[in-house]
Parts: sequence; structure tokens; C-alpha cells
Amino acid sequence: MDSLANTVQQVFNEPACGKNLGKSDKERKKGCTQALQPGAAAGGCAFDGAKIALQPITDVAHLVHGPIACEGNSWDNRGAKSSGPLLYRTGFTTDINGTDVVFGGEKRLFRAIREILAKYDPPAVFVYQTCVPALIGDDIEALCKAASAKFGRPVIPINAPGFVGSKNLGNKLAGEALLEHVIGTEEPEYTTPYDINIIGEYNLAGELWQVKPLLAELRIRVLACISGDARYREIASAHRARAAMMVCSKAMINVARKMEERYGIPFFEGSFYGVSDMSEALREIARLLVARGAPPDLEARTETLIAREEARAWSRLAAYRPRLEGKRVLLITGGVKSWSVVAALQEVGIEIVGTSVKKSTKEDRERIKKIMGDEAHMIEDMAPRDIYKLLKDARADMMLSGGRSQFVALKAKVPWLDINQERHHAYAGYDGMVALVHEIEKALYNPVWAQVRRPAPWDAEVAS
Amino acid sequence: MNAPKRVSATGPGAAKACTVNPLRMSQPLGAALAFLGIDRSMPVFHGSQGCTAFGLVLFVRHFRESIPLQTTAMNEVTTILGGGENIEKAILNIHKRAKPAFIGIASTGLTETKGDDVAGDLRRITAAHPELDMPIVYVSTPDYEGAFQDGWAKAVKGIVESLARPAATIRGQVNILPGCHVTPGDIVELREIVADFGLHPIVLPDLSGSLDGHVPKDFSPTSLGGTRVADIERAGASEATIAIGEHMRPAAHALTDKTGVPAKVFDTLTGLEAADDLFAWLSALSGRPVPEKYRRQRSQLVDAMLDAHFFFGAKRVAIGAEPDLLWALGAWLKEMGCTLAAAVTTTDSPVLAYLAAEGARIGDLEDLEAQAHGCDLLISHSHGRQAAERLGVPFLRMGLPIFDRLGAAHRVIVGYRGTRDLVFEVGNVFLAHGHESLQSGAPAGADEPLRASGFEGSRACADARHDHDSATEAYWP
Repeated sequence: MDSLANTVQQVFNEPACGKNLGKSDKERKKGCTQALQPGAAAGGCAFDGAKIALQPITDVAHLVHGPIACEGNSWDNRGAKSSGPLLYRTGFTTDINGTDVVFGGEKRLFRAIREILAKYDPPAVFVYQTCVPALIGDDIEALCKAASAKFGRPVIPINAPGFVGSKNLGNKLAGEALLEHVIGTEEPEYTTPYDINIIGEYNLAGELWQVKPLLAELRIRVLACISGDARYREIASAHRARAAMMVCSKAMINVARKMEERYGIPFFEGSFYGVSDMSEALREIARLLVARGAPPDLEARTETLIAREEARAWSRLAAYRPRLEGKRVLLITGGVKSWSVVAALQEVGIEIVGTSVKKSTKEDRERIKKIMGDEAHMIEDMAPRDIYKLLKDARADMMLSGGRSQFVALKAKVPWLDINQERHHAYAGYDGMVALVHEIEKALYNPVWAQVRRPAPWDAEVAS
Repeated sequence: MNAPKRVSATGPGAAKACTVNPLRMSQPLGAALAFLGIDRSMPVFHGSQGCTAFGLVLFVRHFRESIPLQTTAMNEVTTILGGGENIEKAILNIHKRAKPAFIGIASTGLTETKGDDVAGDLRRITAAHPELDMPIVYVSTPDYEGAFQDGWAKAVKGIVESLARPAATIRGQVNILPGCHVTPGDIVELREIVADFGLHPIVLPDLSGSLDGHVPKDFSPTSLGGTRVADIERAGASEATIAIGEHMRPAAHALTDKTGVPAKVFDTLTGLEAADDLFAWLSALSGRPVPEKYRRQRSQLVDAMLDAHFFFGAKRVAIGAEPDLLWALGAWLKEMGCTLAAAVTTTDSPVLAYLAAEGARIGDLEDLEAQAHGCDLLISHSHGRQAAERLGVPFLRMGLPIFDRLGAAHRVIVGYRGTRDLVFEVGNVFLAHGHESLQSGAPAGADEPLRASGFEGSRACADARHDHDSATEAYWP
């Protein structure tokens, strides 16, 4: 566990994280996750986070070393899409039993790797550590090394057992594993001055595919997306990119920063959500590439594309204005989305009655203040009971949130839309924002609301 | 470290080291679902917060309901030092915030590996905090042993042992102990049947009160209904206990041992013969004839079987399910003339012996897929969709989780009426896959002249063949 403990400390000490820099040494050591309250905690573990971050690599066998719970209770539950291989959707686990707990699970793990290579022949096997084998001392780092040597195929240890911390920490530990064992181990077939990496984008509901055509039009090639719709080889040769964009707040900041340090790949933090943010991201990609030697006309070509796409998006959005003007939306999400979709919603006349900032950074809060004018609409932390009351009292016409609070809205008979990871629609890019507004309109104007709010005949009798 | 009580019957066994596409889920989940059938309850996993998060997501996707489920939020340090303090904090926090009428605690692989003495911790905690006025039931459910069904069975047994008391018999009161495969819809059906014999059922656990998908008057952080603690306490006054599924036998016997209430285990309530057994038994217990309504339903079931048997005969079906659901479906399909091409289950059970001739075994969906080539129907929970798609065979979702179809809680397969509807549902799948085609049985190439002569029906039939509960659609939420 020593090497894991070191990695965890190192991840907590992230110099590129503004929040971290503001801390004392002692605070920094404690890490960036709040102490969990037994009996009042929610959210996934580090293993969950690691799996979320890496499972979108489509041609790899993702093998979970642990009891059935870790994979059996959770597999096949995310919508990261693939344009090719489907092996990432197959659930592999050592499914350790009581005997393994007593005598150790390493032998079973080794045999499992051999079986997977024989039956499925993947370019690599990712081995995820979990709590029980970590506790009994199974050394997956050494075992994976031995298996790689024996089978002549990369076997990558992902050392993020659940009990070391939160989902966010797991994202980062997964990134460390890529940096340590994968990135830089292969060379791309060819390179171009337009090669970029996109870091922290998982291609949920196929969102990457709403961005890629625009990049392709600018002749920009995504050398590696870490990790949406990725192949093992793309990640292994990602070190040859000219620039990188880091998506999804700070989940994989360590990957972006260390790739800059090791391979001189400059990066910026951006978002594909929201019309102006999308444009800003394209602009920044072009700027970084030109700074690294891409033909300077790229920036002008990018501006032309932006002008065309923005005009198209705004005009499509404007069509929704008559029906959405004055509708009040409650936004319960976090991080980037707490502000990035606000501008687009305001553009069609939607009023944001509140946006949650529990998971937002200082910069996120500044942006909200700028967009919405004051702090009054920031919601620090709202208990489900209070959200329910707010909706029940009709202080909002609709809620946008993650699946977790879905039923708080639905049971209050208020329209709801999923804007977190389980969503079925792609909201990234210019088309994505239009799709989001379209979904909002569809939800708000469904005649079912009038139906379900009708009093039952027996209640109506009492009232009259 | 705890010595394992028995070697877990995991799929791989000696044959393979790697479970591929798991059919099985872990014990604590089953325990949590049983606890969710108690009124105003809060289940808690003693483990890492991830254990709870996974369980929560799984139940939310299946039931499409908020799921109260908490965690002791163990980390590396607290695991090694022992989790007593976390259990105490969790209970006090839950008591303060949610005010549940019942707390159910299930251990996990993590805390079992460490070997926490949870029972001892609980004695200390309840002694130190007299304000904790709700019952707290603990069950040991290590993730590395058994399966979902075992966790459910242990939780119900634990609840019975903790809360039921001997009492003077109340005429007409009966206990129903449903297995984990009995849906809220099944429970509603059973309650109605039992009540129609003039009997008063106590259902434990009662998911029809908590997870039947209804809109409550107000927000609640605990389960929205279920068996009331007071009713569990007076289960000892019942005339008899009905247990549904072999895995409920231990809980039913524990209730007998504790209160003297005699138990009757029904291995299944699906199929004509199984339903006959139930109605005959209820009639004998109540001393009343079977009501006219059910005589009519039986007649309808018989008629459905007559109409449908053409399409069931010699059909090869592959099933992956928890043991007692596998038995309920497998036994019924055999009665309808099908053969079982494969029968894969999750944990040790007497039903493995019942289905020995069919080669029933503990395994995973990879095993099921390997045996299901060319079968006429594949049945499993939603995770079987990938196998069905690869095999190109019709797929029927049964069990838990069902996350890509609506209404899982309201499926009814018990009694005459439930079986009748199941006959239609499965029969329609068979019908949609072949019997509607006017070309089936035609020699290869025989469709060409049909098409050339502008025979419209051939196209319509080809469409109909795709218009089923399609396993081939690219659907992955």
C-alpha cells in the first residue's frame, strides 16, 4: 500500500489546482475530499471514479479484482459510446470467494488475465484493485508487471481501491496509472501539426461526435481522447499531440499538467457546453496549435467556422424563445455546468431561479456571478426535502439535475431533465445546446403535467 | 480475519478463474432490498461509500424510485482500526436526519474481511443511546459469499428472529414471506387472493407498500411504506406462514421455532399445478370453498394453455436467474412443453437438484451465452441483452435489474391470473419470431416469386419479425 499512499499524496498535492495552492501544507496532506459523514454520505468510491474515467477505452478488457459486488452490482451502467470495439462493455471480474480472502487472490487474478487474453485477445488488460484484495495485501502492481512480461501484452494496474477516497480521487488515480504505464509507450503511425488530446471527455451519449466533425472541418485531429471512444493505442501514443484541452472541471488535471511537464504539451481548461464556451474552446485549441507551429491561417478559419455555427445555433435557439420566455428553471448540478449552460438558457428567455455551487470552484462561482448578476441565485447545498418543497410550492417550473434527484422533482409533479452522466441525449457543442433547449421545451409542454396534477375525483368533491 | 463459513459457490469454481458478464449480484444488495420492504426503514451498508452508491444506482434504475440506502462510509484507516465508531455515527446521524422506524444493517466484503464484531458494537451503541427507539437489525452478508437471494433470505430471517414474538393465535391471520423474486405486483395479487378467503395477511417484507411506484403525499427520506414493525411483532399470532421460494424456508422455520406458527413452503406459485396447490391449501386453511372468481380465472388459464401450447411445444429456452426465479420459470416452461437449453443460476440451492437433468449450474452470462446458441428464447435480467443481441435470439427480461424497460415492479406471474398473462407474454414472443411469417417453412429462395408477384405480405411479415422486444436494437442508456 506504500506506493499507493504516495500516489494519493502526490495527487492531493496538485500544483495546477488553484484550490490546492490556497491551502496550508497540513490541509493539503488531508487531501481534497471532505471527510465523509457516516449515515449522511452520498456518492461513489475511488474505484467507481477510476472505472468511469477509463472504461470508455473501448478495445481494452477491464478486469475488476474483487468480490462480485464491485463489478456485479455496477457493470453496464454508463452510456459512454463506441464507434467500433465493444469489448469495454463486457464485464470481467475475478469474483473472489472466501478461500481467496484467506489465501490471497493473486493466483486467481493471474489465471483470469490469462483466460481473458486467450479468449478475447485485447490489446491490453486493465486490472482494477478493490478494497478486499487491497486489505489482504494482493500486490496487483507486481502481479501486472509479471503478467505483462509473461504474456507479452500490456497488463495495467489501476490502483484505486474504493476505501482510499472519493470518485474524484479515483479519476485522478486512473490518470496516474495512464501516465505511469500507458502514455508514451507507443508511437503514432504519423503526426500532423493539428494533433490534439482531449482529456476528461467520456463520450457519454456520443457527445464527442458532436464536436469531432467541427474539428475535422478545421483539419484538427484528435490524436487521443482520454478516454471517450478511445483505443488503447491512441492513449499509448498521446504524448505526440501538439496541444491539449482539459474538459470536465478538474477530474484529470494531473494528466494534463504532467503531460505538459513531460512532453511539453500545452493545455487549457475548457468546456463543450454552451454556445460561447464551445466557441471559446475552438478558439483556444486553434491558438495553442498555431503557437506550436500549425499554419497561422487556422485561427482565421476557426473564426469563420465559429461565426457560421454561432449564427446558426442562436437562430435555432431563438425559435424556442416564444415558448420558453419567462420559464423558471432550477439547476442542480455542479462544476462547469453550474454556469456553462446558463447563458444558453438565458438566451432563450429562461429564468434561472437557482444554481447549485456545492461542487463548484472559486472560478466557477465568479463566472456565475458575472452571468447572473449577483450571488443570490447560488445554492450552497439543498436537502432533497427542501428541493421538494421549492418545487411543490411552484417556485420553479422545471428542474435540471442528475438522476439522483430525479424523483424529488417527479414526485412533486414537476418536469425534470437529466443533465448528468446518465443522460440519453448529447448536449455538447452547438447542436447539443439546441438539443438541450429542445428537450426542455418537450418536457415543459408535455400535456401529461396537466393530467397528473388533476385532483382525484374524491379530492375534488371535498374541495367543492 | 473471519474464517469463511463455506466456500462460496462462485461461478468460476475450478473451471475458470474469471467471471465474465456477471449474472450474480452480492448479498448485501439482497439484504438491503428486504429491509426496504419495512415501513419507514433505512437500510445501511457497513462498508465503503461506494458499496452503497452502486446498490443505490442499481435499485433506482430498476424501480425508478428514490431509494433510501445509507453507508457507514468506511475508509482505509477506519477499516483497520475497526468500524464501531462509524456504525455509531451512522446510526445517530440517520436517527437525527431521517427518523426511521427501522434500521437494517448489512455488512460487506470489506468489513467482513477485517472481522468487525458488529453485533457487539450494536449492543454497546444501543446501551449508550437510550434515545434510539427504533429496532436495529444486523445481518452478516460478506460480498465474497453467496448471492443477492442469500442476502434477502438472511435479512428476513434476521428480522423474524429479532422482532417476532410468540402470541395467542388470532383466527384468520396468516404470514406471507415472499422471496426476493416476488414483485410488488405479485404481492398485491397474493394479498387479494388470501383476503378473498377471509384471511388477514401480514406480508414480510412488503415491497408492495414501498416500491410499487406511487406518488406519496409528501417527501420522505425513508422507505415510503412496507411491513409495519408492529405487524412483524405480532406475526407470532398467525395461524400459519406461507413462504414463497425455497430460499424462504430458513426464515419460515425460524419463525416456527420462535413462535410455533406452522410454515408451508411453496417452491413456486407460477403454473397451473402450483396455483392449484396454493388455492387448495388456502381453502383448507380457511375452511372456505375457492371463490367463483378464481374458478373462472383457472378456467381462463386452462384455455390460455390450450390456445398457446402450439407455440411452446419443443421450444428451447435458456434462462439465467436467481435460483428460485429460475425454478419458477423453468418448471413452468417445462409444463408448457419447452425444453431448457441452459439453466444458469447464482448460488447454491435445492433447485439445482430439481433441474439436474437440465444441467442447471452456477455460472455467469458468458456460460449462458455459450449454451444458448440457436435457442428460441433467452431469459435473464437486463444484463443479458448483450448476449441476446450477439446470438440474435429473442430476449425476455425477468428478475432484477430491469433497467431498460418500464414497469418491472408490476410484473405478475403468480396465481391463475399471473400465469395466464405470462402464457400470453411468452407465447407472443414465440409468435412474433416465426409463426407470423407466411414464408416460414418455405424452401430457400421460395420468397423470390412472392416478391416478384408483388405479394405485400412478405414485407409485412419480415417487419413483424423485427417488431418484438428487440434485442437487436442499439439501446444502451
